[in-house]
Amino acid sequence: MLFILLVALIAILAPLLAPHNPTQLFTDTLRLPPAWNPLGNANFLLGSDDLGRDTLSRLIHGARISLGIGFTVVTISGLVGSIMGLLAGYFGGTIDRVISGAIDMLMALPSVLLAIVIISVLGPGVTNAVIAVSFVALPGFTRIMRSAVIEEMGKEYVVAAQAIGASHLRIMFKEILPNSLSPMIVQASLGFSDAILNSAALGFLGLGVQAPAPEWGVMLSDARPFIESSPWMVTLPGLSILLVVLAFNLMGNGLRDSLDPKLRQR
Amino acid sequence: MIYFFQILFKKLVGTLPTLLIISLLSFMLIRMVPGDPVLLLLGERGADPAVYAQMQQRLGLDLPWMTQYWNYLSNAISGDLGRSIISKTPVLTEFMARFPATLELGMTSMIIAIILGLPLGIVAAIKRGTILDHLLMTGSLVGYSMPIFWWGLILILIFSVNLGLTPVAGRISIIYDIPTVTGFLTIDSLLSEEGFDAFKSTLQHLVLPAIAMGTIPLAVIARMTRSALLEVLGQEYITAARARGIPPWRVILLHALKNAMIPIITVIGLMVGSIITGAILTETIFSWPGIGKWMVASINARDYPVIQGGILLIASMIVLINNLVDLTYSILNPRASIGPNRK
Repeated sequence: MLFILLVALIAILAPLLAPHNPTQLFTDTLRLPPAWNPLGNANFLLGSDDLGRDTLSRLIHGARISLGIGFTVVTISGLVGSIMGLLAGYFGGTIDRVISGAIDMLMALPSVLLAIVIISVLGPGVTNAVIAVSFVALPGFTRIMRSAVIEEMGKEYVVAAQAIGASHLRIMFKEILPNSLSPMIVQASLGFSDAILNSAALGFLGLGVQAPAPEWGVMLSDARPFIESSPWMVTLPGLSILLVVLAFNLMGNGLRDSLDPKLRQR
Repeated sequence: MIYFFQILFKKLVGTLPTLLIISLLSFMLIRMVPGDPVLLLLGERGADPAVYAQMQQRLGLDLPWMTQYWNYLSNAISGDLGRSIISKTPVLTEFMARFPATLELGMTSMIIAIILGLPLGIVAAIKRGTILDHLLMTGSLVGYSMPIFWWGLILILIFSVNLGLTPVAGRISIIYDIPTVTGFLTIDSLLSEEGFDAFKSTLQHLVLPAIAMGTIPLAVIARMTRSALLEVLGQEYITAARARGIPPWRVILLHALKNAMIPIITVIGLMVGSIITGAILTETIFSWPGIGKWMVASINARDYPVIQGGILLIASMIVLINNLVDLTYSILNPRASIGPNRK
């Protein structure tokens, strides 16, 4: 939790915290090792890359990009997924069959492959990467909302609301939705980590965020040719991805245990 | 047994609508791309009107789209998925040439994941609540969160660059020329003249990508084994077995694990999808000549017939496998019903 807050703070304050501009080229110091290495330079704490850009600044700005993408993706797919799940769970019948069918279809394709297919149609870029990753995250949200709604449907307060003649919209959004939110919160946290992982993978493959941007996946693929001579260039961005993803997974598991003891340790 | 074939038949029929929609989507893929598919195939230049019309006719793009889809579908069923724009080879041939490499890598990584994941999960369940359990579960969460495209690079850094134990890329050292028999280099190399030396080279090439790809499945299997086993261990028949004085290891390995296996096997089966995702990233890092690298390369080259055919083949494969897993599940666990009432 604390770690996520810290990373979020870093992401928000990126321009203030970063010692250098993330895309500025310091061409007289290329591939500088981190400062603790005798060859390092205190001006570039975590070294610099093959074009002389400051690694620390790029990592800090990268947090901004990754968390930004994660947040957008979770918001989009969380909203759309909730509505689709609500509709499917509440009305059942044909609507449920159509929505569940579509979701099963999406799940039939492996996540990164599905994202790649969407990118291949839309073309690479940040916006399209967000769209693609949101699509990938959609089935999870929809499924969880649907089963939460189905579980709530039989309960007395829903029957009571129906008995006093409340409208479908009112029952769905005012009665059922607030009561099915806890699994969605868990899913949002886990979805965040998936979104960051998937968008970094797309960036790594050159299909997501594009080159000069200091995205962690892009930094990794830039660093690949220098793995032998400058291993820190490969180590640091990946470590950032791992730590952030791990933090969100830990938070998701913690939330699951505290919000819903029934779901403990799936 | 008749019952079994009835279910099998029902399941296969049940996948038909899904497969149809997948084929429709892959058919539409090339048409959703901005721009004219004919120009795409001909290249930006060379749009001589006569050639253009000829190409349009050859592709059948002047026909109504229902007819086009019908043609596409009947061609696909007879195994004709079109030709790659770049290599001009039929898509199916290209797929078949690369598929064994991915299958070999995927199977090796799953074997690693199962061999390590099952015991680790069992140990964590037995030592529940101890430091060892916490360590194992934290470790598995780290494994689960691992960006494998980075993990692969780190493995290369440690084992290839620093220790010099393994090669960096490819399936086998280029000094060997192994005739293709099965497509599995581990088998083909043993059959070849170079025999054991070539086999050793194959294994050296195989081990790092397999570890990279197996990490996430390993973590999932370990967690699943632990929780499935814990659930079973709380049941009365286990207490009864213990009360009868059956040795603890026997209770866990024979009595408990037998019932805990059902969810574990399901999870393993359903991991086929994530194996393909892993293959895309792992193969890109290790220059492994399988379908993952092939798909990424064709997307970068905008080779649409290949993307289209590849998606169709991969998605159909996953749908079929998922249904087979469902089927195994219902055989292993007769209580799970198959039919319209199933939630």
